[in-house]
Amino acid sequence: MEIPYTVQNRPDTGIYNAKLGIWLFLASEVMLFGGLFSAYVLLRVGADQGMWPHGWLNVTLGTVNTLLLALSAITTLLAWAACKVRDFGKFKLFHGCTILLALTFLGIKSYEYHDKLAHYEIALTNGKFADGHFVEQSKDFDLLKKTGTFTLHGHIVEDRRELMDLRSPEAQAAKHEEITIAAADIKKMGNYGPRHNTFTAIYFTLTGLHALHILGGTLVIFYFWGPGSRMWKTDPERFTNRIEVSGLFWHFVDLVWIFLFPVLYLT
Amino acid sequence: MQEKVQQFPPFRAGQAAHAHEAQAHQEHHEPGFWQKYIFSTDHKVIGIQYGLMSLCFMLFGFFLMLLMRWQIAHPGVPVPVFGPLLEAILGQPAAHGAISPDLYNSFGAMHGTIMVFLGVVPLAFAAFGNYVTPLMIGAPDMAFPRLNMASFHSFFLGGVVMLVSFFIPGGAAQAGWTSYSPLATTIPTYGQAFWLVGMVLLITSSLLGAVNFIATIIQLRAPGMTWMRMPFFVWAQFVTAFILLLAFPPLEAAGLLQLMDNVAHTSFFLPTGLAVGGQLADISGGGSPLLWQHLFWFLGHPEVYVLILPAMGIVAEIIANNTRKPLWGYKSLVYSALFVGFLSFIVWAHHMYLTGMGQHIATFFQTTTMIISVPSVIILTCMFLSLWGGSIRVNTPMLFALGFLPMFGIGGLTGLPLGLAASDLYLHDTYYVIAHFHYVVAPGTIFALFAGVYFWFPKMTGRKMNEFWGRVHFWCSFTFMNIVFMPMFAQGIKGMLRRMSDGGVNYAAARVPNAIDALPGTVMQLNGWILWAAIALGIAQIPFIINLFWSITHGEPVNHNPWQATTLDWQTPTPPPHGNFAHEPHTVRGPYEYSAPGHATDFTPQDEAESQAAPKNPTEHH
Repeated sequence: MEIPYTVQNRPDTGIYNAKLGIWLFLASEVMLFGGLFSAYVLLRVGADQGMWPHGWLNVTLGTVNTLLLALSAITTLLAWAACKVRDFGKFKLFHGCTILLALTFLGIKSYEYHDKLAHYEIALTNGKFADGHFVEQSKDFDLLKKTGTFTLHGHIVEDRRELMDLRSPEAQAAKHEEITIAAADIKKMGNYGPRHNTFTAIYFTLTGLHALHILGGTLVIFYFWGPGSRMWKTDPERFTNRIEVSGLFWHFVDLVWIFLFPVLYLT
Repeated sequence: MQEKVQQFPPFRAGQAAHAHEAQAHQEHHEPGFWQKYIFSTDHKVIGIQYGLMSLCFMLFGFFLMLLMRWQIAHPGVPVPVFGPLLEAILGQPAAHGAISPDLYNSFGAMHGTIMVFLGVVPLAFAAFGNYVTPLMIGAPDMAFPRLNMASFHSFFLGGVVMLVSFFIPGGAAQAGWTSYSPLATTIPTYGQAFWLVGMVLLITSSLLGAVNFIATIIQLRAPGMTWMRMPFFVWAQFVTAFILLLAFPPLEAAGLLQLMDNVAHTSFFLPTGLAVGGQLADISGGGSPLLWQHLFWFLGHPEVYVLILPAMGIVAEIIANNTRKPLWGYKSLVYSALFVGFLSFIVWAHHMYLTGMGQHIATFFQTTTMIISVPSVIILTCMFLSLWGGSIRVNTPMLFALGFLPMFGIGGLTGLPLGLAASDLYLHDTYYVIAHFHYVVAPGTIFALFAGVYFWFPKMTGRKMNEFWGRVHFWCSFTFMNIVFMPMFAQGIKGMLRRMSDGGVNYAAARVPNAIDALPGTVMQLNGWILWAAIALGIAQIPFIINLFWSITHGEPVNHNPWQATTLDWQTPTPPPHGNFAHEPHTVRGPYEYSAPGHATDFTPQDEAESQAAPKNPTEHH
């Protein structure tokens, strides 16, 4: 038994099965991210006055990541084009670049995550707030509680709202320095992880899900680049289709980032 | 019309030879048990896997319901027979064999979840869709057989996760099948996290299935199988697949967010100032409980049409076959199904009139809700009119199909007062709602599914199910189903709320001076009747279960087309071999050519060659 139109286009629909399949899958992905983006909109619109953060993310790193993904979209396209003109060497080169670009993206993303997780906001017993990155390597809260002091690189503010808009002139002018806080002065502390507020929650969820998509896409592309490329010798046309279909997924993942970047970093 | 038929590469002869070769090849390497029944990529095996598993889950969901009905009729009284077993398995929540309110809540949540996501949808869409759709369009298999297998395995895992959640400390999810936040996050059990992980697996399974179905129907139709020659069943599956494809992902998004709320302690659905047990919760706040409801019902309402459309498809096939005449208004049926599919995406907030989302939004959604009833009524009307003037063969599948029509009619019409905000404010969350949607799904969809089982059983096994016991099954189910659900309308109108674990005893006891009794004694009495009708309904399923397994080996042997049907699924060998068709079928006519004038038999198969079929000039005979 053989399933028709796995490689050749069906004459009346003008498409082969897998390409239709991936487009349908991408339609469902649009609805998935659409649901999450509408959650973002509702959370942001519903946030209390002045409590939605601005400028919390590193725009430079975000821009670099955007460029990396844009570049990987080009190399993906070129890899497919190389398959089309039956140039296997070029395919290897271009998709090799795609994988490297994707891994660099994930590396930068992990650095950004680490930065957020090492960033603490501490409510002090005197009603003020200390905010900054831990200087010590160990962040064992219970241990630090016993040793008595914490050292942060950051600053102390009167009102939590001052921490919300980091693009404001006051926030830009704030002086960051090493501050040491006694454990006894701490009312509550927590890092900028998902539970910090709804912004970090949606930031980690959206970019985390996107990063999972990048990871999945990279694994698939790596498979076609490495062990899966044996099919090139037996059935180059089918192999080219595979590159096209995985490329469509990759372009979609890039496109999601094109929406994520302005929504999370620039506004 | 004839000129439009696609000319395909002439691979018919070559294909047949190839199929022969493949078969010979297969005989050499007979696939082992695992390969054949567990890791099968054959759409027919996967369909049967789905079918058996979802029937088991439906039975399990039914047992949960029986236990709940006992608790409602006799609150706090130990469950007879099963009580000690419950206590042995579940421990404290079932102390002394009685059902605690917490356990009642988790049974309620899991009954809904299991019936919808593990029972009816997999049976209607995945089981029948998998088995019948490729046969009906003349395809050798689904477009992506391995995805199909992955879909079933994901479904299986999802089911396991749901079942396991009963045994973890704290028990299964307790926040209703709708899992409204913040309730779903504040109940101290990991059951909710299990529920969410299970749902993600089930959603993955549905998505893989939906992609596969749509691609199969678009790409693998046999030569000559144009869109308007597809049986209505295929259209119904097609629209259903699109609904699943586009409506499920927002619930997956919502599920991920609620999982974050439960596991990473975010506040997506938790408002500022949320107090739990009289204490301010340790959360950042700022979330929106309404957001969950929007995302949930964005799936939840289209899901209703996922439940009902495949059932309508099954009923349409059986009615055309047993009235021995073409389906009345085939095109109206197709366009109505498409319109229902489209409109089902913009009616969801009629589940939320009571949330205070605003008058204008409510007005919009009650308008769309009223509009969507139009195509549903068209579909039902077409089916009723199809009966007109037919010489109806009454057999078990037809009985169930005929039972479906009025039952779905009652379910649909009683939904209208719920679709209008003014009357819904009163009826919301009462037993009236329970009665309404159970009439749609239980005597509606499930009857259609029984009809489908009786109808396609001969194709799967080469034997018919026993007719006498089939009729016993139908009449008993029909009677007791109505005794179970009809009183609930009255209870709901009298104000009985749907989630009370004591069946309303405390509420009925709360008497306000000079006011009408909250729940009169007659309404409370109905609880007892419903319990016994439900038990009788359970007993009525025993003939079906025995009949199903007994007939596999002992049923009356039949040929490949025992119902003398026209559609391609009956033009294959029985049971269909791997690859389905001996020759690639060439479709030359519409799906319901019954009693064509001048034809030797009263049915003309879709792939019967033109020369021996319809008369040269059909107008002569009119």
